[in-house]
Amino acid sequence: MPQITLTVNGTRHSLDVPANALLVDVLRDTLSLTGTHIGCDTSQCGACTVHMDGRSAKSCTVLAVQADGTSITTIEGLQKGAELHPMQEAFRKHHGLQCGFCTPGMIMAAVALVADKPDIEEAAVRHGLEGNLCRCTGYQNIVAAVLDGARTMHAAGTTGG
Amino acid sequence: MGIPAFDYLRPSSLADARKAYEASGEARYIAGGQTLLPVMKQRLAQPASLIDLGGIAGLSGVRLEGHTLTIGAMTRHADVAASPDVRRLIPALAHLASLIGDPQVRNRGTMGGSLANNDPSADYPAAVLGLGATILTDSRSISADDFFDGLFTTTLEEGEIIRAISFPVPERAAYEKFAHPASRFALAGVMVSKSAAGVRVAATGAGQAGVFRVVEMESALGKDFSAKAIEGIKLAADDMIADIHAPAAYRAQLVSVLARRAVAAIA
Repeated sequence: MPQITLTVNGTRHSLDVPANALLVDVLRDTLSLTGTHIGCDTSQCGACTVHMDGRSAKSCTVLAVQADGTSITTIEGLQKGAELHPMQEAFRKHHGLQCGFCTPGMIMAAVALVADKPDIEEAAVRHGLEGNLCRCTGYQNIVAAVLDGARTMHAAGTTGG
Repeated sequence: MGIPAFDYLRPSSLADARKAYEASGEARYIAGGQTLLPVMKQRLAQPASLIDLGGIAGLSGVRLEGHTLTIGAMTRHADVAASPDVRRLIPALAHLASLIGDPQVRNRGTMGGSLANNDPSADYPAAVLGLGATILTDSRSISADDFFDGLFTTTLEEGEIIRAISFPVPERAAYEKFAHPASRFALAGVMVSKSAAGVRVAATGAGQAGVFRVVEMESALGKDFSAKAIEGIKLAADDMIADIHAPAAYRAQLVSVLARRAVAAIA
């Protein structure tokens, strides 16, 4: 069985994984980080979005072996102690969710999207969230949350994740 | 859904990758995996071995040499879209890359993977054919005109690996796409370029045999580079893809409209 090294939310793990294991399965089943959701499992919905070396990726469409040596951030890695990440706080404040299933993926996609764009505009947010589906059709508040989250992240000096 | 078991190999050179391929009964190369992994989940591909090209150094990045941009086969779509050299010298190519899939897919998917797959609705084939690029493999160079060979088929030999793609810098180029709203693949996409070597018009998403050049438009534009010059040129619907998303005549019409828009953008 291939052995890989993953740094997940700052902690280094050496893991034996089957070659056909998906990154999302290792995160959820091996490391018990169940905040990363599996929605469609066909690379469309984005619920499984995590950061690989700071860039958003759909962890249902990455083999764990392909992630060997990378640094992964999941939704669990955003919060600092009791304090929510500014993007999490913005989703709470703007009620950017209904059932919440897509939310971890939405937030991870949003954090990566605005990381170098403090002044991102609404159209760019909508285009930038094309890889994430919300079946409650809650996009209006999600977009409002991402716009506000971008401002507060940069005001707080957080590029986080 | 899961993926059936396979042997996983991660060679560190092109030569070792080729050897691994030849030693295996039924191998596939994996680049970004944004098509191959979904296809394996659906059991449409069930390779005995998967050879990961991600461990081979020197296959990523953009290099400018004279009037040619050479892009490594493992360069991610997001990096093509963001490359200062691509944005400055072939902005149409950066724009095309920014329209592929979604941000997560663009962070993983690669140019070489897309071209080797030759999906009839993918964007990069239009860029390569419309800009007259050259495919550099581990054993030879293949001109764009000799590379695409029908649906999901190229003239790559068994085991041959794309190393890089060389794009001559055109005087002007534009890409116009009508994206399927859910999949974001092209219902039709047209790349138009003008350079000393002439005008090229390539359409993806529409043709039953995959990407194709619209030669009649090229010769009309060679005499008069204006949207008006190609106004009367209609494509035969017989050769177009027809599916639940769009009938053949609609795709033929899209190609004409998108070609005119592309020309108008740079005329």
